Amino acid sequence: MIKSLTPNKRATLGLLLFAVALVLAPWIVGHAGGNTWVRTLDFALLYIMLALGLNIVVGYAGLLDMGFIAFYAVGAYLAALLSSPHLLQQFPALAALLPAGMHTSIWLILPLGALLAAGCGVVLGAPTLRLRGDYLAIVTLGFGEIIRILLRNLDRPVNITNGPKGISQVDPVSLLGVNLGRTQELFGLRLPSVYLYYYLFAALVVLILFACIRLERSRIGRAWVAIREDEDAAQAMGVNTVRLKLLAFAIGAAFGGVSGALFASFQGFVSPESFTLNESIAVLAMVVLGGMGHIPGVILGCVLLAALPEALRASMGPLQQALFGQVLVDPEIIRQLFYGLALILAMLYRPAGLWPKGVAR
Amino acid sequence: MNAPLLQIDSVNKHFGGVAALTDVSLSIQPGEIYGLIGPNGAGKTTFFNLMTGLYTPDSGRFQLDGREYRPTSVHQVAAAGIARTFQNIRLFNAMSALENVMVGRHVRTRNGLWAALSRHRRARDEEAQTRAHAHRLLAYVGLAGFADYRADSLSYGHQRRLEIARALATEPRLLALDEPAAGMNASEKMQLRSLLEKIRDDGHTLLLIEHDVKLVMGVCDRISVLDYGQVIAVGPPAEVRQHPAVIQAYLGASAHV
Amino acid sequence: MLSVPPLYALRFMLLMDGFIQQLLNGLMTGSLYALVALGYTMVYGILRIINFAHGDVLMIGALVGLSVIRLVQATWPALPPVLVLLIATLVAMAFCALLAVVIERVAYRRLRHAPRLAPLISGIGVSLLLQTLAMLVWTRNPQMFPQLLPLEPIEVLAGASAHPAITNATALTTIAIALAVMVALLVLVERTRFGRAMRAVAENPQVASLMGINPNRIIVITFAIGGALAALAGVMMASNYGSAHFYMGFLPGIKAFTAAVLGGIGNLKGAMLGGLLLGLIEALGTGYLGAATNGVFGSNYQDVFAFIVLIAVLVFRPSGLLGERLATRA
Repeated sequence: MIKSLTPNKRATLGLLLFAVALVLAPWIVGHAGGNTWVRTLDFALLYIMLALGLNIVVGYAGLLDMGFIAFYAVGAYLAALLSSPHLLQQFPALAALLPAGMHTSIWLILPLGALLAAGCGVVLGAPTLRLRGDYLAIVTLGFGEIIRILLRNLDRPVNITNGPKGISQVDPVSLLGVNLGRTQELFGLRLPSVYLYYYLFAALVVLILFACIRLERSRIGRAWVAIREDEDAAQAMGVNTVRLKLLAFAIGAAFGGVSGALFASFQGFVSPESFTLNESIAVLAMVVLGGMGHIPGVILGCVLLAALPEALRASMGPLQQALFGQVLVDPEIIRQLFYGLALILAMLYRPAGLWPKGVAR
Repeated sequence: MNAPLLQIDSVNKHFGGVAALTDVSLSIQPGEIYGLIGPNGAGKTTFFNLMTGLYTPDSGRFQLDGREYRPTSVHQVAAAGIARTFQNIRLFNAMSALENVMVGRHVRTRNGLWAALSRHRRARDEEAQTRAHAHRLLAYVGLAGFADYRADSLSYGHQRRLEIARALATEPRLLALDEPAAGMNASEKMQLRSLLEKIRDDGHTLLLIEHDVKLVMGVCDRISVLDYGQVIAVGPPAEVRQHPAVIQAYLGASAHV
Repeated sequence: MLSVPPLYALRFMLLMDGFIQQLLNGLMTGSLYALVALGYTMVYGILRIINFAHGDVLMIGALVGLSVIRLVQATWPALPPVLVLLIATLVAMAFCALLAVVIERVAYRRLRHAPRLAPLISGIGVSLLLQTLAMLVWTRNPQMFPQLLPLEPIEVLAGASAHPAITNATALTTIAIALAVMVALLVLVERTRFGRAMRAVAENPQVASLMGINPNRIIVITFAIGGALAALAGVMMASNYGSAHFYMGFLPGIKAFTAAVLGGIGNLKGAMLGGLLLGLIEALGTGYLGAATNGVFGSNYQDVFAFIVLIAVLVFRPSGLLGERLATRA
């Protein structure tokens, strides 16, 4: 019955199912595993935002960005600086100006985070986008590392980022007077903080998804894929590849920045060690393994890989306990083993990902 | 004689110590199929790349439609009105035939970021027009039923036609074809020839670089012959065919075509 | 004469406290970078891919060397330390030569004609895999690496300034061995039949095979040589710093790649020059920066130097110092 529907009807059905799953997920997951699992779901949503952003850069435009987490970091630190006491503690003059404290609203932080991250994307992209794919990968990796080193060391001479200690006491999100950091009573339901954040993140995922789908089916989306498939031919057809690559970079970075800002408010704390190369690689793996350039595949990749650490912890621990009487191998190590193998096997046998875009015939 | 569509005067290009092109001049009239032939290494590809913005000439002048033509980057070439195909067929493999042609429309359309996100009225109209135009072009080159086929699933001959349709989508003043008959058998070449003539008869101007001398002699209105970077003959096929310098260049001295 | 302005600057630089020290440090790290850069550049010259796992081969070399040292010292405690180090180095080199060959066979061979990003992503996977294996075998904790060469500090140019530069036998040996190996490699590539075959395959594999050269064999040997050099660098690096751990290959790998690009990727002399130069830039740069800012911006920004050099080279002179002028897009 499903096969007999037209592609458009199938897409609508898929979206509908996705929407239903999105609304019900925390309740199902929460019932099975409690609040910790819902928290994992929240992080999965953050990863989905990141992966959708990276998908534009890697999946559509074909630019291998290995430092993508830098944009996440930029958004996170901006949010932290704008909604925590840190800056006021460092600069008494500023504290005098803001007697009520530094509590920027999330409505301001998100667009600012997006803009700042997009700006960084343009600054990074402008000199480097004409590089070959593999050189671009290393350069972006370098950029990601530079950002991390800067965040680690900008506590001297002026303490902006508080160095390795990070910035804590970041305000939770406050929406229309409702503090998402505490359990709230809404619509007769008792909603713990992780549920509240879930729906906020879900709303933003929907927005970002909407933007991605619209972009994919537009003149810009086609131009991006053309650049990815054959940049020289695209140029010969009049596509301004430099400008479009910059646009991809900027938009991808903006999504990363939004996700980062939300992360900071969610966790209440940021430190440079949340933004390492391994994180960039994790997001890249989600896009590559899920299905480069194919949105449902990317989401699948995210859910699988974000759930993986929890699943491994839940299963590998007891399994080893049962088999060997002790936990021989830290599940974290198994996770990294899995990532490494998955990337190699994917390139050898399924380079288009688990759920690639199927163009007819 | 009408004003030429493409006027090229005294172009020189050398790489290191090698003179790839020496004092090459060319004049293409609107509505004709112009051929550029010559033995291997004669400089045809260099000339083609100069014209399509990949290289810059050391000296010389290009005029398109009477206006100075000096693209600083490759993507300006299509906007200026010259569209090209590639010798080794470069389609966007992961995209469908229709989408390939729609990319060809990119340079003549405007939908940007805001248009993509909001899908306002003008944006939707332009998108519909792009799609319709692409369908028409596919039908024009005889690929009407293949709109949703992946570009790399088409046969070689069909891929070549798709490439031509994509180039036509840019509404070029000049359609420049780089060895379009490469790898084709005799019957495919016949079909290609009819297509090229049809395109010319519908008012387009074509520049053809080809190795297949027989094809060029059959379909072109006028021909320039290059050898060692210099033009050794210009004129209609009948004249060029008999030109002693041409015969010598291709076959060595004392041979007759 | 030393009062003339440009020479004044030179005099200032030379007499600055610690110049010789930084010079020596830079030469030592530069030698290591050069050895590793050779591996990158040789593989790139032949296959046009960046072997992302190369830095981790260095790490495996260091850790394998460590295990061999422990084994040998436990089995034959009377053996002179220099001999122990020699044995460990040779075993590590052999092991990593083999490892590199396996990596090529498994992760790269089938992807030779795949889109350019595929071998890079595969290389990332190998890198993760190697790190994981290292974590499993040698744990996540940094392991102490015994210093088997004499440790007495050697003063350099003792009379020249108030704080003479200090080095030791390990550092000097590193520099000497690295230079010897580099010379040997140059001789191999430029004067022997094998070297000619290597260069032929790098130019044009199809034509080379028509000449009777088996490109696969050349590629395998190239990877093996690269792996051995990385292991050598790994053992020496661990000897100099006294420790080895599963993540020690990442930064040296990136920096060595930077060095290869700086010198002109695909060019052996370029890799050597780039390595030494990068080491010097890093050491002198952080030295001066630290002095100029009173320690605020100093060695903690050391790694940033390499990245900045990388970006600068790729943006302004992508063909590197000794490379031919490449088109920006291949």
